[in-house]
Amino acid sequence: MSESRHPLFYPLVVLGGLIQGFGLAYSGMARPEVVLDFLQFEDLGLVFVMGGAAVVSGVLFFAVPRLFDRAPLTGDTYGKRVKSMDRNVVIGGVVFGVGWGVSGICPGAAYASVGIGNLPILWAIAGMFLGAYAQGYWRSRVRSGAAGSVPNDD
Amino acid sequence: MSVAPLLVAELFPNGVIQYAVGGVLVAAGIGVIYLGTAIIPGNSTFLETTLSYVSDQPRFRQANYLASRDWRLLFAVSIVAGAAVWGLVLDPGAFVTEVQPWRLFGGGVLVGIGTRIGKGCTAGHGVCGLGSASRTSLVNVALFVGVAIATAALLTALGVTP
Repeated sequence: MSESRHPLFYPLVVLGGLIQGFGLAYSGMARPEVVLDFLQFEDLGLVFVMGGAAVVSGVLFFAVPRLFDRAPLTGDTYGKRVKSMDRNVVIGGVVFGVGWGVSGICPGAAYASVGIGNLPILWAIAGMFLGAYAQGYWRSRVRSGAAGSVPNDD
Repeated sequence: MSVAPLLVAELFPNGVIQYAVGGVLVAAGIGVIYLGTAIIPGNSTFLETTLSYVSDQPRFRQANYLASRDWRLLFAVSIVAGAAVWGLVLDPGAFVTEVQPWRLFGGGVLVGIGTRIGKGCTAGHGVCGLGSASRTSLVNVALFVGVAIATAALLTALGVTP
Protein backbone atom coordinates (compact mmCIF):
# COMPACT_ATOMS: atom_id res chain seq x y z
CA MET A 1 0.00 0.00 0.00
CA SER A 2 1.08 3.56 -0.59
CA GLU A 3 2.78 5.26 2.31
CA SER A 4 0.88 8.45 2.83
CA ARG A 5 -2.70 8.28 1.62
CA HIS A 6 -5.30 10.38 3.36
CA PRO A 7 -7.47 8.09 5.55
CA LEU A 8 -10.52 8.90 3.43
CA PHE A 9 -8.76 8.20 0.09
CA TYR A 10 -9.64 4.53 -0.20
CA PRO A 11 -13.18 4.93 1.22
CA LEU A 12 -13.83 7.57 -1.44
CA VAL A 13 -12.54 5.26 -4.19
CA VAL A 14 -14.94 2.60 -2.90
CA LEU A 15 -17.83 5.07 -2.92
CA GLY A 16 -17.06 6.17 -6.47
CA GLY A 17 -16.82 2.57 -7.65
CA LEU A 18 -20.09 1.62 -5.97
CA ILE A 19 -21.92 4.52 -7.64
CA GLN A 20 -20.40 3.80 -11.05
CA GLY A 21 -21.06 0.05 -10.79
CA PHE A 22 -24.66 0.68 -9.79
CA GLY A 23 -25.02 3.08 -12.73
CA LEU A 24 -23.50 0.64 -15.24
CA ALA A 25 -25.89 -2.08 -14.06
CA TYR A 26 -28.90 0.26 -13.98
CA SER A 27 -28.20 1.54 -17.50
CA GLY A 28 -28.09 -1.97 -18.97
CA MET A 29 -24.58 -1.42 -20.33
CA ALA A 30 -23.33 -4.36 -18.26
CA ARG A 31 -25.30 -6.61 -20.64
CA PRO A 32 -23.49 -7.34 -23.92
CA GLU A 33 -26.88 -7.75 -25.62
CA VAL A 34 -27.74 -4.10 -24.92
CA VAL A 35 -24.45 -2.94 -26.45
CA LEU A 36 -24.88 -5.17 -29.52
CA ASP A 37 -28.45 -3.86 -30.01
CA PHE A 38 -27.04 -0.34 -29.91
CA LEU A 39 -24.34 -1.16 -32.46
CA GLN A 40 -27.01 -2.52 -34.79
CA PHE A 41 -29.26 0.55 -34.37
CA GLU A 42 -32.01 -1.45 -32.71
CA ASP A 43 -31.91 0.64 -29.54
CA LEU A 44 -29.87 3.84 -29.50
CA GLY A 45 -30.40 4.43 -25.78
CA LEU A 46 -26.74 3.77 -25.05
CA VAL A 47 -25.95 7.18 -26.51
CA PHE A 48 -27.47 8.58 -23.35
CA VAL A 49 -25.19 6.51 -21.11
CA MET A 50 -21.86 7.56 -22.60
CA GLY A 51 -23.18 10.94 -23.79
CA GLY A 52 -24.93 11.74 -20.54
CA ALA A 53 -21.88 10.71 -18.55
CA ALA A 54 -19.59 12.77 -20.80
CA VAL A 55 -21.77 15.88 -20.42
CA VAL A 56 -21.93 15.59 -16.63
CA SER A 57 -18.17 14.93 -16.49
CA GLY A 58 -17.62 17.95 -18.72
CA VAL A 59 -19.57 20.18 -16.34
CA LEU A 60 -17.57 18.82 -13.38
CA PHE A 61 -14.20 19.24 -15.10
CA PHE A 62 -15.20 22.80 -15.97
CA ALA A 63 -16.70 23.86 -12.65
CA VAL A 64 -14.60 22.11 -9.99
CA PRO A 65 -11.24 23.75 -10.89
CA ARG A 66 -12.97 27.14 -10.79
CA LEU A 67 -14.57 26.54 -7.41
CA PHE A 68 -11.73 24.84 -5.55
CA ASP A 69 -7.95 25.23 -5.52
CA ARG A 70 -6.79 21.77 -4.52
CA ALA A 71 -8.31 18.37 -3.91
CA PRO A 72 -8.79 17.87 -0.15
CA LEU A 73 -7.54 14.26 -0.02
CA THR A 74 -4.41 14.60 -2.16
CA GLY A 75 -3.58 18.29 -2.31
CA ASP A 76 -3.34 18.00 -6.09
CA THR A 77 -4.63 20.61 -8.49
CA TYR A 78 -7.59 19.74 -10.70
CA GLY A 79 -7.04 19.14 -14.39
CA LYS A 80 -8.65 17.57 -17.41
CA ARG A 81 -8.04 14.26 -19.13
CA VAL A 82 -6.09 15.07 -22.26
CA LYS A 83 -3.80 12.46 -23.83
CA SER A 84 -1.25 13.12 -26.52
CA MET A 85 -2.29 12.29 -30.08
CA ASP A 86 -0.24 9.73 -31.95
CA ARG A 87 -0.52 6.68 -34.18
CA ASN A 88 -1.29 4.44 -31.19
CA VAL A 89 -4.52 6.31 -30.48
CA VAL A 90 -5.69 5.41 -33.99
CA ILE A 91 -4.49 1.79 -33.97
CA GLY A 92 -5.82 1.21 -30.47
CA GLY A 93 -9.20 2.70 -31.30
CA VAL A 94 -9.60 0.42 -34.31
CA VAL A 95 -8.55 -2.72 -32.42
CA PHE A 96 -10.78 -1.83 -29.47
CA GLY A 97 -13.67 -1.20 -31.91
CA VAL A 98 -13.36 -4.67 -33.42
CA GLY A 99 -13.27 -6.18 -29.93
CA TRP A 100 -16.27 -4.16 -28.74
CA GLY A 101 -18.24 -5.11 -31.84
CA VAL A 102 -17.40 -8.80 -31.44
CA SER A 103 -18.06 -9.05 -27.69
CA GLY A 104 -20.40 -6.18 -26.82
CA ILE A 105 -18.42 -5.45 -23.67
CA CYS A 106 -15.90 -2.85 -22.52
CA PRO A 107 -13.74 -2.92 -19.37
CA GLY A 108 -15.90 -1.00 -16.86
CA ALA A 109 -19.11 -2.65 -18.03
CA ALA A 110 -17.41 -6.04 -17.77
CA TYR A 111 -16.56 -5.52 -14.08
CA ALA A 112 -20.18 -4.45 -13.44
CA SER A 113 -21.38 -7.48 -15.37
CA VAL A 114 -19.73 -9.76 -12.81
CA GLY A 115 -21.77 -7.98 -10.15
CA ILE A 116 -25.09 -8.73 -11.84
CA GLY A 117 -24.23 -12.43 -11.80
CA ASN A 118 -23.17 -12.72 -15.42
CA LEU A 119 -20.43 -15.29 -14.92
CA PRO A 120 -19.77 -15.94 -18.65
CA ILE A 121 -18.36 -12.40 -18.74
CA LEU A 122 -15.28 -13.86 -17.01
CA TRP A 123 -14.33 -15.09 -20.49
CA ALA A 124 -14.22 -11.48 -21.62
CA ILE A 125 -12.26 -10.30 -18.58
CA ALA A 126 -9.76 -13.15 -19.01
CA GLY A 127 -9.41 -12.07 -22.65
CA MET A 128 -8.85 -8.45 -21.64
CA PHE A 129 -6.05 -9.41 -19.24
CA LEU A 130 -4.48 -11.62 -21.90
CA GLY A 131 -4.67 -8.82 -24.47
CA ALA A 132 -3.30 -6.26 -22.02
CA TYR A 133 -0.47 -8.65 -21.14
CA ALA A 134 0.34 -9.35 -24.80
CA GLN A 135 0.68 -5.67 -25.71
CA GLY A 136 2.65 -4.96 -22.52
CA TYR A 137 5.01 -7.88 -23.18
CA TRP A 138 5.54 -6.73 -26.74
CA ARG A 139 6.05 -3.08 -25.84
CA SER A 140 8.46 -3.98 -23.03
CA ARG A 141 10.55 -5.91 -25.58
CA VAL A 142 10.49 -3.12 -28.14
CA ARG A 143 11.40 -0.47 -25.58
CA SER A 144 14.20 -2.38 -23.90
CA GLY A 145 15.74 -2.93 -27.33
CA ALA A 146 15.46 0.71 -28.31
CA ALA A 147 15.40 3.37 -25.63
CA GLY A 148 15.79 1.23 -22.54
CA SER A 149 12.89 2.81 -20.71
CA VAL A 150 9.15 2.79 -20.88
CA PRO A 151 7.62 6.18 -21.49
CA ASN A 152 4.65 7.20 -19.43
CA ASP A 153 2.03 7.72 -22.08
CA ASP A 154 -0.96 6.90 -19.96
CA MET B 1 -45.44 16.37 -36.63
CA SER B 2 -46.65 12.81 -36.44
CA VAL B 3 -43.48 11.24 -37.76
CA ALA B 4 -41.13 12.41 -35.01
CA PRO B 5 -42.71 10.47 -32.09
CA LEU B 6 -42.81 7.32 -34.21
CA LEU B 7 -39.14 7.72 -35.08
CA VAL B 8 -38.27 8.22 -31.42
CA ALA B 9 -40.20 5.08 -30.49
CA GLU B 10 -38.41 3.21 -33.25
CA LEU B 11 -34.91 4.31 -32.23
CA PHE B 12 -35.52 4.15 -28.47
CA PRO B 13 -37.87 1.18 -27.91
CA ASN B 14 -37.00 1.13 -24.20
CA GLY B 15 -37.13 4.89 -23.71
CA VAL B 16 -34.14 6.91 -22.59
CA ILE B 17 -34.65 7.39 -18.84
CA GLN B 18 -32.77 4.32 -17.59
CA TYR B 19 -29.91 5.10 -19.94
CA ALA B 20 -29.66 8.75 -18.96
CA VAL B 21 -29.90 7.97 -15.23
CA GLY B 22 -27.25 5.28 -15.62
CA GLY B 23 -25.00 7.72 -17.47
CA VAL B 24 -25.35 10.37 -14.78
CA LEU B 25 -24.48 7.77 -12.12
CA VAL B 26 -21.40 6.66 -14.10
CA ALA B 27 -20.27 10.28 -14.14
CA ALA B 28 -21.17 10.75 -10.46
CA GLY B 29 -18.86 7.87 -9.56
CA ILE B 30 -16.05 9.55 -11.45
CA GLY B 31 -17.08 12.91 -9.98
CA VAL B 32 -16.81 12.04 -6.30
CA ILE B 33 -13.31 10.66 -6.82
CA TYR B 34 -12.33 13.68 -8.91
CA LEU B 35 -13.71 16.11 -6.35
CA GLY B 36 -11.86 14.46 -3.46
CA THR B 37 -8.58 13.57 -5.15
CA ALA B 38 -8.32 15.36 -8.53
CA ILE B 39 -7.82 11.89 -10.02
CA ILE B 40 -9.80 11.12 -13.18
CA PRO B 41 -10.29 7.36 -12.96
CA GLY B 42 -10.54 5.31 -16.15
CA ASN B 43 -11.30 1.62 -16.20
CA SER B 44 -8.81 -0.05 -18.55
CA THR B 45 -5.51 1.02 -16.94
CA PHE B 46 -6.56 -1.38 -14.17
CA LEU B 47 -5.81 -4.28 -16.52
CA GLU B 48 -2.12 -3.32 -16.72
CA THR B 49 -1.62 -2.09 -13.18
CA THR B 50 -3.09 -5.34 -11.84
CA LEU B 51 -0.72 -7.33 -14.05
CA SER B 52 2.13 -5.56 -12.23
CA TYR B 53 1.34 -7.69 -9.15
CA VAL B 54 2.32 -10.83 -11.04
CA SER B 55 4.55 -9.73 -13.93
CA ASP B 56 8.04 -8.22 -14.06
CA GLN B 57 7.59 -6.78 -17.55
CA PRO B 58 8.94 -3.19 -17.51
CA ARG B 59 5.73 -1.98 -19.16
CA PHE B 60 3.74 -2.93 -16.07
CA ARG B 61 6.38 -1.86 -13.54
CA GLN B 62 6.39 1.85 -14.40
CA ALA B 63 6.20 4.06 -11.33
CA ASN B 64 2.74 5.51 -11.90
CA TYR B 65 1.33 2.00 -12.34
CA LEU B 66 2.85 0.78 -9.08
CA ALA B 67 1.56 3.90 -7.34
CA SER B 68 -2.01 3.53 -8.58
CA ARG B 69 -2.49 -0.24 -8.69
CA ASP B 70 -4.00 -0.53 -5.21
CA TRP B 71 -6.74 2.04 -5.68
CA ARG B 72 -7.44 0.86 -9.23
CA LEU B 73 -7.98 -2.68 -7.98
CA LEU B 74 -10.20 -1.38 -5.19
CA PHE B 75 -12.13 0.74 -7.71
CA ALA B 76 -12.79 -2.25 -9.98
CA VAL B 77 -13.90 -4.44 -7.06
CA SER B 78 -16.21 -1.63 -5.93
CA ILE B 79 -17.74 -1.47 -9.41
CA VAL B 80 -18.51 -5.19 -9.12
CA ALA B 81 -20.04 -4.56 -5.69
CA GLY B 82 -22.06 -1.55 -6.89
CA ALA B 83 -23.57 -3.60 -9.69
CA ALA B 84 -24.37 -6.33 -7.17
CA VAL B 85 -26.10 -3.74 -4.98
CA TRP B 86 -28.29 -2.86 -7.97
CA GLY B 87 -29.22 -6.52 -8.20
CA LEU B 88 -30.05 -6.69 -4.51
CA VAL B 89 -31.97 -3.42 -4.37
CA LEU B 90 -34.01 -3.77 -7.56
CA ASP B 91 -34.04 -7.57 -7.40
CA PRO B 92 -33.99 -8.33 -11.12
CA GLY B 93 -32.38 -11.75 -10.60
CA ALA B 94 -29.05 -12.76 -12.09
CA PHE B 95 -28.49 -11.89 -15.72
CA VAL B 96 -26.62 -14.42 -17.84
CA THR B 97 -25.60 -13.41 -21.33
CA GLU B 98 -26.30 -15.61 -24.32
CA VAL B 99 -23.47 -14.13 -26.32
CA GLN B 100 -21.16 -17.03 -27.14
CA PRO B 101 -18.00 -17.53 -25.07
CA TRP B 102 -15.69 -17.30 -28.11
CA ARG B 103 -17.09 -13.83 -28.85
CA LEU B 104 -16.59 -12.74 -25.25
CA PHE B 105 -13.06 -14.13 -25.04
CA GLY B 106 -11.86 -13.19 -28.53
CA GLY B 107 -13.46 -9.76 -28.33
CA GLY B 108 -12.02 -9.36 -24.84
CA VAL B 109 -8.47 -10.00 -26.08
CA LEU B 110 -8.88 -7.26 -28.69
CA VAL B 111 -10.44 -4.91 -26.12
CA GLY B 112 -7.42 -5.54 -23.86
CA ILE B 113 -4.94 -4.80 -26.63
CA GLY B 114 -6.84 -1.90 -28.15
CA THR B 115 -7.67 0.03 -25.00
CA ARG B 116 -4.11 -0.18 -23.70
CA ILE B 117 -2.46 0.76 -26.98
CA GLY B 118 -5.06 3.47 -27.57
CA LYS B 119 -4.65 4.96 -24.06
CA GLY B 120 -8.20 4.46 -22.88
CA CYS B 121 -11.60 2.83 -23.13
CA THR B 122 -15.26 3.80 -23.06
CA ALA B 123 -14.74 5.44 -19.67
CA GLY B 124 -11.31 7.01 -20.18
CA HIS B 125 -11.85 8.34 -23.69
CA GLY B 126 -15.63 8.09 -24.09
CA VAL B 127 -16.65 9.75 -20.84
CA CYS B 128 -13.65 11.50 -19.26
CA GLY B 129 -11.86 12.39 -22.49
CA LEU B 130 -14.95 13.71 -24.26
CA GLY B 131 -15.87 15.50 -21.03
CA SER B 132 -12.46 17.17 -21.24
CA ALA B 133 -13.12 18.18 -24.87
CA SER B 134 -9.96 16.24 -25.83
CA ARG B 135 -9.41 16.00 -29.57
CA THR B 136 -7.40 12.81 -29.04
CA SER B 137 -10.35 11.19 -27.30
CA LEU B 138 -12.78 12.38 -29.97
CA VAL B 139 -10.67 10.67 -32.65
CA ASN B 140 -10.40 7.49 -30.60
CA VAL B 141 -14.13 7.36 -29.77
CA ALA B 142 -15.21 8.02 -33.37
CA LEU B 143 -12.95 5.16 -34.46
CA PHE B 144 -13.97 2.58 -31.89
CA VAL B 145 -17.69 3.30 -32.22
CA GLY B 146 -17.57 3.30 -36.02
CA VAL B 147 -15.46 0.15 -36.23
CA ALA B 148 -17.65 -1.60 -33.64
CA ILE B 149 -20.80 -0.80 -35.68
CA ALA B 150 -19.16 -2.20 -38.81
CA THR B 151 -17.92 -5.28 -36.94
CA ALA B 152 -21.33 -6.04 -35.43
CA ALA B 153 -22.96 -5.61 -38.85
CA LEU B 154 -20.42 -7.97 -40.41
CA LEU B 155 -21.00 -10.66 -37.78
CA THR B 156 -24.76 -10.36 -38.22
CA ALA B 157 -24.38 -10.64 -41.99
CA LEU B 158 -22.32 -13.79 -41.45
CA GLY B 159 -25.18 -15.22 -39.41
CA VAL B 160 -23.39 -15.15 -36.05
CA THR B 161 -26.02 -14.96 -33.32
CA PRO B 162 -26.14 -14.35 -30.51
